Amino acid sequence: MAAQTTTRSAPPEQIRAVPVRHPGRWIAAAVIAVLVAMFLNMLVTNPVFQWHFMIDNMFTPPVLRGVRTTLIMTVLAMVIGVLIGIVLAILRLSPNPILSGAAWVYVWFFRAIPRYVLLFFVGNLGALYPSYALGLPWGPQLMHALGLSGDLQFLHLNGNQIFAGFTAGLIGLALSEGAYMAEIVRAGIQAVDPGQSEASAALGMSRGATMRRIVLPQAMRVIIPPTGNEVIAMLKDTSLLIAVPVTTELYFQLHAIGARTFQVIPLAIATILWYVALSSVLMIGQYFVERRFSRGFGTRETRAQRAARRALEVGGTH
Amino acid sequence: MSTPTPSSAGESPADVPMVRAEAVHKSFGHVDVLKGIDLEVGRREVMCIIGPSGSGKSTFLRCINHLEKINAGRLWVDGHLVGYREKGDKLHELRDREVAAQRRDIGMVFQRFNLFPHMTALENVCEAPVKVKGTRKDAAHTRGKELLDRVGLADRMHNYPNQLSGGQQQRVAIARALAMDPKLMLFDEPTSALDPELVGEVLDVMRGLAADGMTMVVVTHEMGFAREVGDTLVFMDDGVIVESGNPREVLADPQHTRTKAFLSKVL
Repeated sequence: MAAQTTTRSAPPEQIRAVPVRHPGRWIAAAVIAVLVAMFLNMLVTNPVFQWHFMIDNMFTPPVLRGVRTTLIMTVLAMVIGVLIGIVLAILRLSPNPILSGAAWVYVWFFRAIPRYVLLFFVGNLGALYPSYALGLPWGPQLMHALGLSGDLQFLHLNGNQIFAGFTAGLIGLALSEGAYMAEIVRAGIQAVDPGQSEASAALGMSRGATMRRIVLPQAMRVIIPPTGNEVIAMLKDTSLLIAVPVTTELYFQLHAIGARTFQVIPLAIATILWYVALSSVLMIGQYFVERRFSRGFGTRETRAQRAARRALEVGGTH
Repeated sequence: MSTPTPSSAGESPADVPMVRAEAVHKSFGHVDVLKGIDLEVGRREVMCIIGPSGSGKSTFLRCINHLEKINAGRLWVDGHLVGYREKGDKLHELRDREVAAQRRDIGMVFQRFNLFPHMTALENVCEAPVKVKGTRKDAAHTRGKELLDRVGLADRMHNYPNQLSGGQQQRVAIARALAMDPKLMLFDEPTSALDPELVGEVLDVMRGLAADGMTMVVVTHEMGFAREVGDTLVFMDDGVIVESGNPREVLADPQHTRTKAFLSKVL
């Protein structure tokens, strides 16, 4: 060891080798540059694009209200979908075969239906029954048989009101999202080392406390990244609300302007730009949320990252 | 506290052994892992269980706090049947809550530590007293600091498990089990996952526990620890107890050929 340290005391001369040339990269760059130039040229020279018309119509009050509706719908559908997903995942992992079977059937059914079709169906549920009521099962029949007045129903809803517009769209998207979130949450729960539940059980903690305090917090690290993808997918899927239809939503508004003015391409481009912009904002948010949760777990990677950052900071102060 | 157990709710008389196993059988599918285990662990006794891997020693340990359900036989801890209630000539399974109540009094230390990675050392130690026993947070913190000090980790209490060495993590795991004031401690190969140089610090803590009179069942490969600290040594092979007795005598002069063969490889 001592001999080694003495020989190492004089650092060897830095290697200054001739780097390998990459002519393929230069050719590829040239080809792509030409393609981009052609594309930009087309955007400027083709009059069908109607850029001024597009910009004039992109920020009108109905469109901005549509943006607001789309964002609210995305958030609400995801919140309800995540809650449904957590409940389904816990049911799915339950030792009770009825509960786990019911959760499986839910996921199977709602994953099998295209969202567009589901939204169309929910939007027309008012035609199935004109009114809906919450209460005891067969309450009216029971009270009738006992010769009593009343129907044991507590809440009466007009089917044509709740299964229309925003509510119908929210119900459809949340039910569908719940099925996907159930699988994501289940994967997260199953990714937690079973030794964690064992240690918790050995300490005398109940199943519920083990799930809440030990398993779910650790599952979050696995659940968060795909959930971020689901949020972005949900944002885009709000455009399917045209099947309900939800008239206040972004795509419906832009589509309507395009159809009314016969300027289909400019409004289609406006639609693309709006969704790209909104998705980009969400992706930035996703980045920060993921970083926060992986830090909270103190995994080895983040520790190494932290050390690397510190090293950089120390280097930077010189 | 108010666990509905058939016998008296108070302290069991001192002559009842801490652990008693009668003809305990356990199988996983068609594989018989335990084929009739009979043993008794007295109060303040330290029992070490040795044997080749697959001999069923860890499974037996996990049966003691009902992490595994036994298929036949009877198992008592402190006079109470583990996982079941006997009514007439029938056994009734205990509810989850009752099983949890039994486990509160039995500390367990795992080979892979199983610390909660999203909690600091102190939070790991305080979690169960606060959530299970309802201890007040400040009282739990005071006690948690004492326990971490006892295992020599007072200065690391705000560290997360992955910022600790294996030996330190296992000492936190021991403190976490002690925080529930168990009357029995189970150790499932507590030093097998450690670098050799870290084994000593964990064994030191266990030695201290034994000296304080804790009843301990230790599945281990540390023959030195078994000889020095153990009151009883049990050698298991193929789901049965082959030989048991005073550790110094068994290790020095094994009676059974299988014990001799095993010890000749590990000593």
